[in-house]
Amino acid sequence: MNDDTPVIEVRDLTMQYGTRIIMKDISFTVGQGEIFVLMGGSGSGKSTLLKHLIGLKQAAKGTILFEGAGFDISDDATRKRVLRRMGVMYQNGALWSGLTLAENVALPLEEFTTLDAQTIADAVSFKLALVGLKGFEKFYPSAISGGMRKRAALARAIALDPDVLFFDEPSSGLDPISASRLDDLILELKASFGTTIVIVTHDLESIFRIADRALFLDIDTKTMTALGPPAELRDNPPNPQVHQFLTRSSVGAS
Amino acid sequence: MPGTEASATHAAHAELRTDGDSLVVVLAGDWSLEQCPPRFETLIDGGATGQGGGRTLAFDAAELGAWDTSLLIFLMQCQDYCTEHELECNRSGLPERVSRLLALANAVPERVQAEAPPRASFVARLGIAVLGVWRDVLAAITFAGDVALSFAGLFTGRNHMRWRQFWVVVQTNSSGALPIVTLIALLVGVIIAFLGVVVLERFGAGYYVSYLVGFGMLREMASLMTGIIIAGRTGAAFAAELGTMKVTEEIDAYTTLGLSPIDHLALPRILGLFLMMPLLTLYADVVGIAGGMIVSRALLDLSFTQFTNGLLYAVTISDALLGLLKGTIFGLIVGVAGCMKGLQGGSDASAVGRAATAAVVLGITLIVAANAVVDWLAALIGV
Repeated sequence: MNDDTPVIEVRDLTMQYGTRIIMKDISFTVGQGEIFVLMGGSGSGKSTLLKHLIGLKQAAKGTILFEGAGFDISDDATRKRVLRRMGVMYQNGALWSGLTLAENVALPLEEFTTLDAQTIADAVSFKLALVGLKGFEKFYPSAISGGMRKRAALARAIALDPDVLFFDEPSSGLDPISASRLDDLILELKASFGTTIVIVTHDLESIFRIADRALFLDIDTKTMTALGPPAELRDNPPNPQVHQFLTRSSVGAS
Repeated sequence: MPGTEASATHAAHAELRTDGDSLVVVLAGDWSLEQCPPRFETLIDGGATGQGGGRTLAFDAAELGAWDTSLLIFLMQCQDYCTEHELECNRSGLPERVSRLLALANAVPERVQAEAPPRASFVARLGIAVLGVWRDVLAAITFAGDVALSFAGLFTGRNHMRWRQFWVVVQTNSSGALPIVTLIALLVGVIIAFLGVVVLERFGAGYYVSYLVGFGMLREMASLMTGIIIAGRTGAAFAAELGTMKVTEEIDAYTTLGLSPIDHLALPRILGLFLMMPLLTLYADVVGIAGGMIVSRALLDLSFTQFTNGLLYAVTISDALLGLLKGTIFGLIVGVAGCMKGLQGGSDASAVGRAATAAVVLGITLIVAANAVVDWLAALIGV
């Protein structure tokens, strides 16, 4: 990949469930080390778009490229190699309930690296410490709070030091302090590792604080209607829906 | 997502040197999770003889190349060593981004110290298990009582049952259950007839195979096998459905609205099964006897008329009614066990599986136990 190649490139994407079109004509790129936010109202297809980006759903039309190559049509080995470089934190954490927190974080390391057991244990401790869960290694997901589950899910998502991290509603269900701490951690991951981060959220505070650029999905027109730095979109909204969304107002701008 | 500090391209490497009162860890090369990083314990043990005496551990990262978590793991080991040996850990020689991540990992935001519960002694665990069983028994009695009250409420008009759910259960356990009940009942009838042919033929009493098939199916096997099938099929489904509703807090939503989950969710299911089980048992009686007839015809050349005559001579209506009574009781058992285990389930994903398993195990165990009790009572009153 040369330096100008975007990490993720989406061209003319159409997403649909069965014959029902969710969103159409979606095109954007995400650059190396960028924090990119997918925003829009409830039901606008943000999470569905995320599922397309991580290969859980196939595009009805259009192309999704990862570092210039379409991984959804590649062979299984290539697909796995690409997925190995991605980390995903799901909306509800999606921790495996039958495994302890340590086992949850260790599983990707055991499957994808040749590290010995002691090194894996050290790596797990470090990742859990990074998200503020040092000492919770032997706890099961059912024994910790929702906020802690989210942080444990983040520890699992960053277990393999991914190049790209995807977050689905990271701050939903978190108190303001925990949400802010999670934002700090996201910024730190970007600063320290240069990780490219794609976030689905409608948490305005978080959007203005951490996003480099944001994409707005409009549920009425079923397509993207704005793309740019959030503050710029707020100050010069391209349409009433974006203004309404970014200023949290119940009526659109005239 | 490695960081890069220099353009080194060789493998991860760490070595120790002394610099005055400091022990300096020299970090070099590319550190990657793709290969096992050096361990600080090995490094310090290897150089222990010549490196003693330093009071500070410092770092030299001038030759450090790309790095990822593997470097941070190594540095955490260094840090733990310093804590253990009361050394000062001087991180100034490390790249700033590495120091920031280490600082983040060392921050302990949880106010409550995480402590895994201590392992109890054998006696304590035995006591906990016994108390658990006792609580389960009490919960089962309470649940059965709640179901009885809910059932009574149906007649007094206090309970407005969801009839749509009732009809779904009726449909699932009538036409939906017929294929498997047909197959199993037919095979059981065939097996009993085979057994009869083999044993009775030795005494020249092959004709009486119809007695065996009639008594066997009507009094015991039809109801027992149907009960076991329904326990595995419907009891597990009840537990899984209600268990999932528990996980997704749908049960809590009923409770907080002041509605009884038993009235709205359990009763339609239990009542549906309670009413359909005798019909399924009757059907299994007919199919099982037909299976026995076929085998008698094939192996003993016994005509259908001879078989039917023998059957009607031997069995009475009370035999058939006893089987139907058992079927009804088994339906009640399966319904109550399935709904109870579902509603009493935990709140994680594996709880649904545990509830379904527990419902089937409890259902089958109680069916066999109830069968024995009913047989014993029937013998006492001479049925």
